[in-house]
Amino acid sequence: MWKTVLRRFLIMIPQLIILSMLVFLLAKMMPGDPFTGMINPNSDAKEIARLRQVYGLNDHWWVQYCRWVGNMFHGDLGQSYIQHVPVASLIWDRAVNTFWLSLLTVLLTYAIAIPMGITAGRHQDEWQDQAIQVFNYITFAVPGFVFYILGIWLFSFTLGWFPISGSVSASASGFWGVLGSRLYHMILPAILYALITTTTIVQYLRTGIVDNKVEDYVRTARSKGVPENVVFNKHILRNSVLPIVAFLGNTITGLLSGSMIIESVFSYPGMGKLFLDSISQRDYTTLTALILLFGILTLLGNLISDILLSIVDPRIRVK
Amino acid sequence: MSQKKKSTNNKSDKTEVSLPPSGFKVAVREIWRDKIALTAFIIICLILIFTFGGSLFLKKSQVTEINIAEAYYGWGQAGHIFGTDDGGRDIFKLLIMGGRNSILIGLSVTAIDETLGLLIGLIAGYFGGTTDAIIMRIVDFVQILPQFPIIIVLTTVVPNYNAFVLVILMAMFYWTTTARLFRSFVLSQRGRDYVLASKTSGSSDWRIMFHEVLPNITSMLIIDVVLTVAGNIGIETSLSFLGYGLPITTPSLGTLIGFANDPANVVARPWLWVPATVLLLLISMNVNYVGRALQRAGDARQREN
Repeated sequence: MWKTVLRRFLIMIPQLIILSMLVFLLAKMMPGDPFTGMINPNSDAKEIARLRQVYGLNDHWWVQYCRWVGNMFHGDLGQSYIQHVPVASLIWDRAVNTFWLSLLTVLLTYAIAIPMGITAGRHQDEWQDQAIQVFNYITFAVPGFVFYILGIWLFSFTLGWFPISGSVSASASGFWGVLGSRLYHMILPAILYALITTTTIVQYLRTGIVDNKVEDYVRTARSKGVPENVVFNKHILRNSVLPIVAFLGNTITGLLSGSMIIESVFSYPGMGKLFLDSISQRDYTTLTALILLFGILTLLGNLISDILLSIVDPRIRVK
Repeated sequence: MSQKKKSTNNKSDKTEVSLPPSGFKVAVREIWRDKIALTAFIIICLILIFTFGGSLFLKKSQVTEINIAEAYYGWGQAGHIFGTDDGGRDIFKLLIMGGRNSILIGLSVTAIDETLGLLIGLIAGYFGGTTDAIIMRIVDFVQILPQFPIIIVLTTVVPNYNAFVLVILMAMFYWTTTARLFRSFVLSQRGRDYVLASKTSGSSDWRIMFHEVLPNITSMLIIDVVLTVAGNIGIETSLSFLGYGLPITTPSLGTLIGFANDPANVVARPWLWVPATVLLLLISMNVNYVGRALQRAGDARQREN
């Protein structure tokens, strides 16, 4: 077990190094340098050249790369060109919002997907299963943003049940007031987002149950006279639900890449929205930091998935 | 289990017909049998005629020409069936061109991705060992990249950005799933008797890969192509929806749906975004349905044998 985890960590190191190099390369491709935000239009070319020399922008790329990575380790992500604040604090404010939205989405995803998958698997080919399959097909086929647009159009604009933008209304006060307002703003995006995310889990769970139903160990249990309910809940379900746990990491990864679209549709001030805002304002330091962060989080999501999978399925562990 | 599958398959081929039906023929037959899939297929054909046929009668410069005087006409006003947008452009014409562009981008990216994925998957799966290990490390790495944000950034930093660049950028990142799929299939084939027999009789690796293993992949390839086209259309329209897909001068379904990103348009000017949303829904629902139907047929055939 620990060998697998350790091995997985070791694999991550080169991936992390190449990722950081790629992001650095991407940052170098973007126009402008850290002084674009600091200097005013009156500074003369000589002064800029001097500053570039002082801050080492004329050094070899690998020297710059090492300095950049070093700064990252100190938590120094640079200065935003546009907002004139440290990128780290800018991202932190938004990351909190994305964190809450993602948490609620993950909870809802599993809360919706597991009962659906179990019902579909249990009543295979009956009307319940067919209804779930149709629903599942729709969430699979419809592109996320169309789903969100239709959702916000129906529930926020036409019915007026939910707010159309923001994360916490300014008038909210007190712990419960803020929490309530936050939930009120998050609930529609989280539900829509969760519905789109359920597809894989429902399908996987259903297939797992259907396949396990005809396995030898289930037949053995039945022939020993184990009640049907116990066979389903203890034998079939346990073996089918466990692999779902491993999807958690992938779900987190998926949420991050989808956060841009959902946050854009709902004008929700999270990291995805910050990314889009930074790109339209050409705020390259923030962009670079965000891409690196997205990359690291994706890496961690995969790591979590692999570790969880090796816990629930001992066969894939390294010997 | 899979071994058994193959051998019974061979036997039935011998008794009934001399050659197993090709992947393409099987696909046609399956769609013909499944009436809903057939309807979906006909709808796709109609959409193709509407978008590709319709755009033959349109000139891009004319469609995208700005005429502020005619901005925001509603449904059917002044001969504009679906009204006009903020620049006075006819939504109906934009819909035709946008639909065509989105489908074309989806097809082009898929063509590149499937070719790359097939080649890489074949090589990795067939040779195995170190070749496979190296290729799979690269595949792993591309897959853990935050692809969507990177594509968005690249669309803004690449000089002379155009639709062709978008195709290349998307293709660069999305070939890995296909490569993985085919690699695992080829991996399961390389130990089969027909491969070993061919090797013993002195066939070159190249010949075995492309003349003997490849024909077994065709039906899988068709399914993957159909589903990937739908997926790529989804990705392109998502990018255009956010404003980082096709350049603003090139109409796309995503750009049209993007009008709904402005709260002022959602309820007050539905003609801007509703037609494109419906068209995109029709495209993705039907293409995916055909893909799924083929997939089910493929699975069922594997179970029967």
